[in-house]
Amino acid sequence: MTDTPDDIPAVSEARAQSRLARAWDSDVGYAFRHSPVAMISAIVTLTLILAAVFAPLIAPHDPFNPATLNLLNGLTAPGVPSAFTGETFLLGTDDQGRDVFSTILYGMRVSLFVGFAAVTFALVLGVTLGLIAAYVGGWTETIIMRIADIQLTFPSILVAMLIFGIAKGITPIEYRDQVAIAVLILAIGLSDWVQFARVVRGATLVEKNKEYVQAARLIGRSPFVIMARHILPNVLSPVLVIATISLALAIIAEATLSFLGVGAPPTEPSLGTLIRIGQTFLFSGNWWILVFPAATLLVLALSVNLLGDWLRDALNPRLR
Amino acid sequence: MLSFILRRIFQSVLVLLVVGLVAFAMFRFVGDPIDTMLGQERTLEDIDRLREQLGLNKPFFIQYWDFLVRAVQGDLGISYRQGRPVAEIIAERLPATLELALVSGALALFFGIVLGIFTAIRRDGITANLVMSISLIGVSLPTFLIGVLLIYGFGVGIDIRIPFTDMTFNTGGMPTFGRGDTGEIFGWTTGFATWDGIQSIILPAITLGLYQMTLIMRLVRAEMLEVLRADYIRFARARGLGDRAINFRHALKNTMVPVITVTGLQLGSIIAFAIITETVFQWPGVGLLFINAIQFVDIPVMAAYLMLISVMFVAINLIVDLLYVFIDPRLRVS
Repeated sequence: MTDTPDDIPAVSEARAQSRLARAWDSDVGYAFRHSPVAMISAIVTLTLILAAVFAPLIAPHDPFNPATLNLLNGLTAPGVPSAFTGETFLLGTDDQGRDVFSTILYGMRVSLFVGFAAVTFALVLGVTLGLIAAYVGGWTETIIMRIADIQLTFPSILVAMLIFGIAKGITPIEYRDQVAIAVLILAIGLSDWVQFARVVRGATLVEKNKEYVQAARLIGRSPFVIMARHILPNVLSPVLVIATISLALAIIAEATLSFLGVGAPPTEPSLGTLIRIGQTFLFSGNWWILVFPAATLLVLALSVNLLGDWLRDALNPRLR
Repeated sequence: MLSFILRRIFQSVLVLLVVGLVAFAMFRFVGDPIDTMLGQERTLEDIDRLREQLGLNKPFFIQYWDFLVRAVQGDLGISYRQGRPVAEIIAERLPATLELALVSGALALFFGIVLGIFTAIRRDGITANLVMSISLIGVSLPTFLIGVLLIYGFGVGIDIRIPFTDMTFNTGGMPTFGRGDTGEIFGWTTGFATWDGIQSIILPAITLGLYQMTLIMRLVRAEMLEVLRADYIRFARARGLGDRAINFRHALKNTMVPVITVTGLQLGSIIAFAIITETVFQWPGVGLLFINAIQFVDIPVMAAYLMLISVMFVAINLIVDLLYVFIDPRLRVS
């Protein structure tokens, strides 16, 4: 690329711009700037992610350090000073005197971590298997896609529950809480790889007969390099859409499993665990322990979902 | 046509065999059943006797075959936790789940189709757009949250001041726990026999059906809009047919094909999502049984549930596929 003429204005101008600026100027960037829904949901998602990442800095209390808890603060309503200590809590406290706002920040951390990790796992597994199935073909393809078909017959939440149950049975009792998060990631990830594999296989079947792939094959590049360096970049845009939508689904799946008591351990509560705990206070009128974590989960899932929907439309050339 | 049916049946049997293998592998490799079933004060003779009795000393594939044969005959093992035959426990619990799934399926289908037609015909109306926006939230709302919110709104209840008076009105009072009183109709233990039972099924059924309803509604709307653009609809209009005849007799009929397929496939999801609804409302069905089995690592119950669910799913898929061929004549030719 050294002989590209730098004196052509358009070329030098494009070079001067950063990657981010180029993304902003691209078709997708244009669609983004002209969609208020996309802008708002992106801002909300980003804010929530940042809040979760910097939870230790933002949270007014450390909900998992018993030394900082005061039982006298228990069940304080939001914004109202506690009857015993006079302290005020933005979103109230639970029965142990834990600040609900802080537990939500820490809970979101677990939810988002499990969500991102599970989607990454599903993505790597699905994309790899999809590429191999399409590129190699034959028996390999038949076996991979048949397994995918069988798994697709069952709802992913059921598959995740089952994997969770089996993993729980295999691990000895004393380690169960420690590995629970990892098992959760494994279960949600394994229940979600099929989507990626099918899309990548479909796109790869089209790409692998194109001239640039034949050219790469002719100059003797190995199948691995062709798959990873040549085909993969060209099939990534639908993968991005599925990854976004999968993230929303993974967050909901995690919350559901934790809510049902087969997910995150009590030592590391996620949003689902918080809702599970909050539900027990419903009948005693302490609504804030339930409502705020539930609202956070809803806003998080909805904004990621809207972002995914928008991305699907923006990247779909037929809709332009 | 015949080869298509045979191929589909062959595939279904294959799926069931694979699922059976998974279920069997769970028995074999997850924990030691001897450990689980015998207490601490066991003797070596006890262990040998039980191992012989359970057939654990035979080769893997013979055990698998025995397992399949017994499963087909309805012997699904003994629950580690309750110490009773799993088949008996499931038979006790299944009616509750089926009732719940049927009621919510019917609700979802009815309201889904009605609202779908409505939003398609009045696509620019304010009400229709409102319904569409709300349905978007319905899709994003996890099932368990819908359940919890319904319990809060209609079980616990919110006090609403009646304007200009001092009286308040509480929205709660609906049963939110269990099946209520059950009675027997033709030997089938059912909640429909009593008023309490009928009241008890309302909130769980709405919880379970809401997601499917939004799905069906959006599908009907999309299909309907597609069909309404077709040439034969324009021709029907040119012939001077009324709106009612066009919308319902011509458009709706052609919308129904994909709706039937999706609804059929969703029936499986309803049974799966019943796990969540049953846990929220402590509905004594097989889903709640499954969740408790996972919590206590009750392998025989987990395996039995897995097999039961897969038989249902595979059967539903098969029936839907075959129905599709009968409904859509174009598929019969190829």
